[in-house]
Amino acid sequence: MKFTFSWLKDHLETQAPLEAILDQLNALGLVVDKVENKAKALEPFTICEIVEAEKHPNADRLKVCRVNTGNEIIQVVCGAPNAHKGMKAVLARPGVVIPSTQQVLKVGKVRDVESFGMMCSAQELLLGEASDGIIEVDPSAPLGESYAKWAGLDEILIDIDITPNRGDCLGVYGIARDLAATGIGTLKPLKQSVIKGSFPCPVSLTVDHDACPYFTGRVIRGVKNGPSPEWLQKKLQAIGLKSISTLVDITNYFTYDRARPLHVFDADKLKGGLKVRLSHPGETLIALDGKTYTLSEDMAVIEDESGVISLAGIMGGQSTGCDDSTHTVFLESAFFDPIRTAMTGRNLGIISDSRFRFERGVDPESTLPGLEAATQMILDLCGGEASDVVSVGSPPERGKPIIFHPSRCESLGGMQITPVRTTQILKTLGFEVKGSEEKLEVISPSWRFDIEHEADLVEEVLRVEGYDKIASLSYGVRPEGKPLPPLQERRFVVRDKLAGRGLMEVVTWSFMAQKDADLFGGVPESLVLMNPISQELEVMRPSLLPNLLKTVLLNQNRGMESIGLFEVGPQYSAPTSEGQQMMATGVRAGVFPIFPGNWCEKKRPVDIYDAKADVCTIMLGGTWESTAPSWYHPGRSATLKLGSQVMGYFGEIHPRILKAFDLKGPVVGFEIFVDRWPISKKKTTAKSHLILSPYQAVERDFAFVIDQAVPANNLLVAVTKADPVLVVGVTLFDVFEMGDGKKSLGIRASLQSKDHTLTDEEIQAVSQKIISSVAQATGGVLRAGGE
Amino acid sequence: MEIISQLKHKTLEGVQKLTSLQELDELRVAILGKKGSLTLLMKELSTKSPEERRLMGAELNVVKDALIDALELRKSQLEEADLTTRLVREALDVSLPPRSFFKGKIHPLSSVMDQAIHIFGQMGFKVAEGPDIEEDFYNFTALNFPPEHPARQEHDTFYLPPGPDKQPLVLRTHTSPVQIRTMLQEKPPIRIIAPGRTYRSDYDATHTPMFHQIEGLVVDTHTHMGHLKGCLEEFCRLFFEDPSLKLRFRPGYFPFTEPSAEVDIWWKDSSWLEILGCGMVHPNVLRNCDIDPDVYQGFAFGMGIERIAMLKYGIEDLRLFFDSDIRWLTHYGFEPEARE
Repeated sequence: MKFTFSWLKDHLETQAPLEAILDQLNALGLVVDKVENKAKALEPFTICEIVEAEKHPNADRLKVCRVNTGNEIIQVVCGAPNAHKGMKAVLARPGVVIPSTQQVLKVGKVRDVESFGMMCSAQELLLGEASDGIIEVDPSAPLGESYAKWAGLDEILIDIDITPNRGDCLGVYGIARDLAATGIGTLKPLKQSVIKGSFPCPVSLTVDHDACPYFTGRVIRGVKNGPSPEWLQKKLQAIGLKSISTLVDITNYFTYDRARPLHVFDADKLKGGLKVRLSHPGETLIALDGKTYTLSEDMAVIEDESGVISLAGIMGGQSTGCDDSTHTVFLESAFFDPIRTAMTGRNLGIISDSRFRFERGVDPESTLPGLEAATQMILDLCGGEASDVVSVGSPPERGKPIIFHPSRCESLGGMQITPVRTTQILKTLGFEVKGSEEKLEVISPSWRFDIEHEADLVEEVLRVEGYDKIASLSYGVRPEGKPLPPLQERRFVVRDKLAGRGLMEVVTWSFMAQKDADLFGGVPESLVLMNPISQELEVMRPSLLPNLLKTVLLNQNRGMESIGLFEVGPQYSAPTSEGQQMMATGVRAGVFPIFPGNWCEKKRPVDIYDAKADVCTIMLGGTWESTAPSWYHPGRSATLKLGSQVMGYFGEIHPRILKAFDLKGPVVGFEIFVDRWPISKKKTTAKSHLILSPYQAVERDFAFVIDQAVPANNLLVAVTKADPVLVVGVTLFDVFEMGDGKKSLGIRASLQSKDHTLTDEEIQAVSQKIISSVAQATGGVLRAGGE
Repeated sequence: MEIISQLKHKTLEGVQKLTSLQELDELRVAILGKKGSLTLLMKELSTKSPEERRLMGAELNVVKDALIDALELRKSQLEEADLTTRLVREALDVSLPPRSFFKGKIHPLSSVMDQAIHIFGQMGFKVAEGPDIEEDFYNFTALNFPPEHPARQEHDTFYLPPGPDKQPLVLRTHTSPVQIRTMLQEKPPIRIIAPGRTYRSDYDATHTPMFHQIEGLVVDTHTHMGHLKGCLEEFCRLFFEDPSLKLRFRPGYFPFTEPSAEVDIWWKDSSWLEILGCGMVHPNVLRNCDIDPDVYQGFAFGMGIERIAMLKYGIEDLRLFFDSDIRWLTHYGFEPEARE
């Protein structure tokens, strides 16, 4: 909501400086977004008159003008088609900065003719849009005077953000009323005009109550429309509105001055009486913006015998609009329902000052006073005579009184304030207040749509008094305990562990392109956004991998040879709470280590055992199955299960996927369902008891030959199981592919007793057990020359 | 006797000339070995008369001890010299880069969320959560957003196809629906925070379609705006590590709080910056959650994680949080810590 400081002073009697007013606006919750003083930059631009305009000797489109600056006559070359003799214009002299270009103007030669200044267009002064003409100043304007000052552009423009609950502050008067409540000034009373009609209103009126609860209007005949007077033009221009004609400017004035939208029909263009009703689907209207709108059901419209001529409370129609030839007007002032106006405006996509106000609530009790005040202004500025008022319906009843205990200002608002002051504040805001000091009965003013509860009244008192007067209190009692439940704490632990393994944490969108999702199992229809921001962000992600792979590509394209990334975040399988799974997903691409080229470490391609280590860092236990989803290499991937539940996957990314993402391999990845791993129910922090054997452990090496297809893990398990008491450890130190579908596995078993030193016989016996256990479980035999 | 004396002098001279342990050993063997010259002299004693044997024997023993001492001394000197030589030889270029100890980084959003959780945790808040895909009821209706109200339109909501019960489904536009879920499940007193992902259909220099918020909710019988102020002051001062940070509370509007406030911080001694919205839980919201607003009251707040992260760490472009540029992550990310 834009207004000027001087406009505010039309309604607020105050000596307060601008700064104080701005602070007070902020304190009231009317947030000052911007304060602008155009005059500073425009000060040196003065009003001049073109005394002569001759064609440029060397250029057809240019004119050489003799220009009266008020002090002297100078020569200015001008290219504007509208420059002509006798016209007044805005002159810039050498040395001034042109606002649109920020360039300093110099004396110049245009095609060999010297130019000692420039006559400016509205665009060059940032006062309007681009046009090929220069500003034409009113012939009465004084020569030599600053244009900005004369045009009223030296106004201080204030722009405030109005929250959706404060439709009453979409008019300068409402803002002044809020300010006055704080005591920074006094609200000037509005002039109450009542104009007696001199003839019966010739336009008949039928109003469907659903379409409009309260509608008033009258005809004013014999008006003369045309450019509005200078003061009105300047007022509107200062807040960025275009002056159109007196009649239209008057309606705009009331929209911004009183938050009271009005509409004027050219009564001579009306066919028969007016009817306000709900629309039928398929009806159309060419609105004042020149666009044709097709209406759906239940929009409030105004029709005459020709059909729909106005979208009530939103925008009038072109066929009955006013122009300079208008002699008779029908002036409309009504109260339209906020919700219906909002729905209509949103469905048709029309944004207008009127809609903006009606959907936030326009004071229904300003309907008739608004009509009268506007009538007065039309009579004053356009002449003519007014008919009787026609009116259907009445303003909605005010709500029931709200019971308000002023003590709530302290018990809810935390502010100590006397009941007397409380009552005073409410009254200056327009509330009706009755009752005792402990318990008030408060009725909201007709312009407030947002007051229903005691809490609303507490806010009114607090904001006028100032939130800064609320004293801060610290919580004395603070419940003990960790803020994060174990499941969520674990997500942070997982982050730290994965980062500890050299992976970078990233945060990527929860949505992705459908075609990428399709490569990762796809998504059901229920996870496709109805209004995506782009096709790239269209479906809820079924996996984090596609986003991470894109991230890998991005970094590969930046020349990174080694990339390791992870994300801890949700993926989605259904639009329900259960359908959202928390994942820890990571990828490694290119070579290991992460910083390749270290002089003392050999680089090698990343492989699935890197990814497996990432998984094992987070989850130790469970069982591995050598199957995995389709986006992994079928022979180089596995699923981790706990019982029948999938805990995660790891593997090499399928070559088909790499191709689709245009990635350089190898790329390995893992996906872990972080929330699925059971939380330990252990209450104690103590670790399990450890007994260290005082007797020396013996190590024995074996080399077994087994079939290539037999998982190595089977062999390791068989070794441990051979004698679970004496075999205390087993490591696989060598894997050698021998060809012929065989491989050799070198293992080292640690043998140790808790209560004595093992004898040679015992060691021999365990070794034999190991050999036969391995043979039984895997068909493995000792390699020749082994042991 | 002359021979003994000569042997002694010769040997002692020889010891001084030794340059290696090997030479020393050779000399030791030549003198004291089985066939060493001193050993041979000792052996000759048996052929001597008792008187000679007594004199020579004593003399030989003295010389032997002296030679052993001299050899030992020389040995330790040579060993010392050897070690010194070896250390010089073994010197390495310590300026070479170390073996890789590279760790990844924690994303600044995770770190900031973690910091916020722990500051509120000290004030007795517990973390609650809710789904990203929300029913319209939790995201709007229960939070007192009137249907068709302009406040709803301001949220630029992403919609998903309606569920089986025809309820519109949205990507939550704020973390506030967690308030509703919590209040429907738990009875007061309630003191929770809810960090998480939020979504709005807006994408430009200062908006991303996905962002993060942290929500706070307190419900009990006595909490009022003074506590709200105190709580947020404490948070901001701890989070921004400035014990005298100034905060400004001014009236605001949210359908789900009344009175409502916007909070600004006085930043770098130059301007007020808006950082969060808050207020007392609206009586309609309490009622929607079967909590009697005549008995219970409390406050709620919500703030953008990106916003406070940008301020605290001087990050200028919001979009870079989601660009996953390793160079950016390396610079703005945080070292992982041991948490267990």
